[in-house]
Amino acid sequence: MENNTSSPTILKVEGLTKYFGGLGAVQNFEMVLKQGDLNGLIGPNGAGKTTVFNLITGIYVPTRGLIEFDGTSTAGREPFEITRSGIARTFQNIRLFSNLSVLDNVRIAYHPHAGYSLTDSVLRTKRFYVKEDELTEQALDFLAIFGLEGIQNELAKNLPYGQQRRVEIARALAANPKLLLLDEPAAGMNPKEIIELMDLIHFIHDRFNLTILLIEHQMRVVMGICRYITVMDFGQVIARGNPKEIQANQRVVEAYLGKGAGHAA
Amino acid sequence: MEFGFLVGSIVKILALLAYIYGILWVMAQPSRWVKAGGLIVAFGVVQLGLTKFGNFQILNSFDSGLLFQASAMTMVALGLNLIYGFNGQFSLGQWGFYGIGAYTAADITYRWVNGDARGLVVIAVGTILGAVILTGINKLLNQIRGVPVMSAFTLYLIGSIAAGYVAVMAGKLLFPVFQPLLGTNLEPGILATGIPLQVVFFLAVILAGVFAAEISFLLGVPVLTLGSDYFGIATLGFTIVVNVLMVNSDTILPFPEMKGGRGMVGIPKLTTWFWAFFFMIVVIVIMRNILRSSTGRAIMSVREDETAAKAMGIDIAGSKLMSFIIGSLFAGMGGAIYAHFIGFLSPGSFDFLVGFNPLIIVVFGGLGSMTGTIAASFGWLFFLEGLLRVLLGQMGTEAPTWRYVLYPLTLLLLMLIRPQGLLGTVEWGFLKAKEVLVRQKPKPASTDTPAVQA
Ligand SMILES: Nc1ncnc2c1ncn2[C@@H]1O[C@H](COP(=O)(O)OP(=O)(O)O)[C@@H](O)[C@H]1O
Ligand SMILES: [Mg+2]
Repeated sequence: MENNTSSPTILKVEGLTKYFGGLGAVQNFEMVLKQGDLNGLIGPNGAGKTTVFNLITGIYVPTRGLIEFDGTSTAGREPFEITRSGIARTFQNIRLFSNLSVLDNVRIAYHPHAGYSLTDSVLRTKRFYVKEDELTEQALDFLAIFGLEGIQNELAKNLPYGQQRRVEIARALAANPKLLLLDEPAAGMNPKEIIELMDLIHFIHDRFNLTILLIEHQMRVVMGICRYITVMDFGQVIARGNPKEIQANQRVVEAYLGKGAGHAA
Repeated sequence: MEFGFLVGSIVKILALLAYIYGILWVMAQPSRWVKAGGLIVAFGVVQLGLTKFGNFQILNSFDSGLLFQASAMTMVALGLNLIYGFNGQFSLGQWGFYGIGAYTAADITYRWVNGDARGLVVIAVGTILGAVILTGINKLLNQIRGVPVMSAFTLYLIGSIAAGYVAVMAGKLLFPVFQPLLGTNLEPGILATGIPLQVVFFLAVILAGVFAAEISFLLGVPVLTLGSDYFGIATLGFTIVVNVLMVNSDTILPFPEMKGGRGMVGIPKLTTWFWAFFFMIVVIVIMRNILRSSTGRAIMSVREDETAAKAMGIDIAGSKLMSFIIGSLFAGMGGAIYAHFIGFLSPGSFDFLVGFNPLIIVVFGGLGSMTGTIAASFGWLFFLEGLLRVLLGQMGTEAPTWRYVLYPLTLLLLMLIRPQGLLGTVEWGFLKAKEVLVRQKPKPASTDTPAVQA
């Protein structure tokens, strides 16, 4: 169904369900992502999009359902282990390490594969210096790509909103993921910033050979960059297809504008 | 007299701050020779001050007492800052580990100079074997995966008890071997004086730290999963339990030499300025090297935002456990230094109320500032025990009690005026994070340089 039919499957979600008490935040969610996809997940507020991300990354444990990443089930694995297997994400309300420098925020991503041990750090071995310089260089490269050069020593909390967003994406990318999950990256941005962001997402998608799943609340944003879109409402998938099909879909219009509004819109 | 004393005390506190600044500055110098030379000078200056020339001595025994106490406090408080200030886990257990370190080290050397090698043998075999067994179980559990916390804890506990049993047996076995070499208290054998005794003291400090660290591991495994507030309460409970065990060390525990509530007397006073200075610097270097590394960034990321840290592949539980263990290691070593300076251990000094002192110091100096903690450890002791006590002492016999009103007030004022602590997150010299200003390599020609192995 996706346009990358020939590529290998990277993420397979089947029958994914999450209840919070009596509330079915996500019900029978299905999704397949192929290597290299840049797909969208949209839906009105409270539809369950963020919950899907939290389930995929292991922050929440599913009530039911299967999540297979790169051919293996993520069930029973800690979030940090899932991340290490190649999924990185950003958060809807930015979660940077506020009191750490921009550079350190990005360098944290290298921790699982820093290449030196605690003993190396304590004794300041040659290996420590070599590896630390290496990962610092790589982190600086990422900052450069995101136009964040020169502010590496600033505390993350002192940056303007738009820059914080970019640091968060840079941090996620530095973890060297196969799959990148972006949760409403355009939230709070002005139209100019949104256009820049969309270019950036396109760029990193091609440059790092990534698979990207993008959550958006504003339909306009996803329509521009996603080739394939899944629409959720009240925890359920109500539509799938390319941007054209989605725009024409009656249920989607209703979900966004309320019942009866479809004809008026 | 009073005025002179006041000025003198303030000068002393300022001189100490300059001294700390100087040490951290010299340690930041690139050349190894400058570093080593600077540290020797820094050690020597105080040593000179402590030396008697006829009747003249710059630092009297009162000052030197404060100095030793401050260096032990520095180690304890730095450990707590690692746990609370850098890792974000509010712990009241630091004083318990300090006490464990003090009693453990004291037991080793006390027995040693009294012709009993069991203290050293049992603790050495126990901690080393314990470390091997605990890491072994840890590796195994990481492979099995999904083992519930309490089951893991039970396994660790069984492993520790086994190590303890073997250690006691080893002590029994080796006891007679050492006896002729140790002699008695009045006629010490060749191993119980001079350099061999110094070596034993050195081992005692290290072992006391490692032992405290292992206990903290056993406590941390079940308790660190609770979340910060509950962790605080649980560690407070721990400090109280340790204190109760001290009070009853000769009744419910088999340690008559600790003399329970009456206090342990006759601990050899082996803490010289050399050892206090040496171990303090070792702790500072280890902690700084950990913090300014990938591990340190992971530790701080847990404090900043656990969810985000998880999403960056940080093992939260492992990171908390590591900070807790290393922090307790420092506390144990600090306790050992204290015990051998004071020569007498009373359970009253390890009461949980006194246990708030390191917490106050860490908050006072600035959570997340090593410099602040070091400065506050020295400043606090000289201010509270030195200046206030003597100054108030001249106003009447009961007046010194007022310092327990004055210093909480000072703290309250500080929190109102400067909630981030005296130094905030400022660091001096050696402790500063290396700022990456310019690229070390020339900038890549095009953005196609592989920053990531795609
Ligand atoms: N941790 C939680 N506990 C209880 N309810 C939650 C929790 N997380 C999300 N929900 C609920 O699940 C529903 C879906 O939320 P969410 O996934 O954040 O929606 P979206 O990201 O699409 O706006 C909402 O009704 C929300 O209140
Ligand atoms: Mg959301």
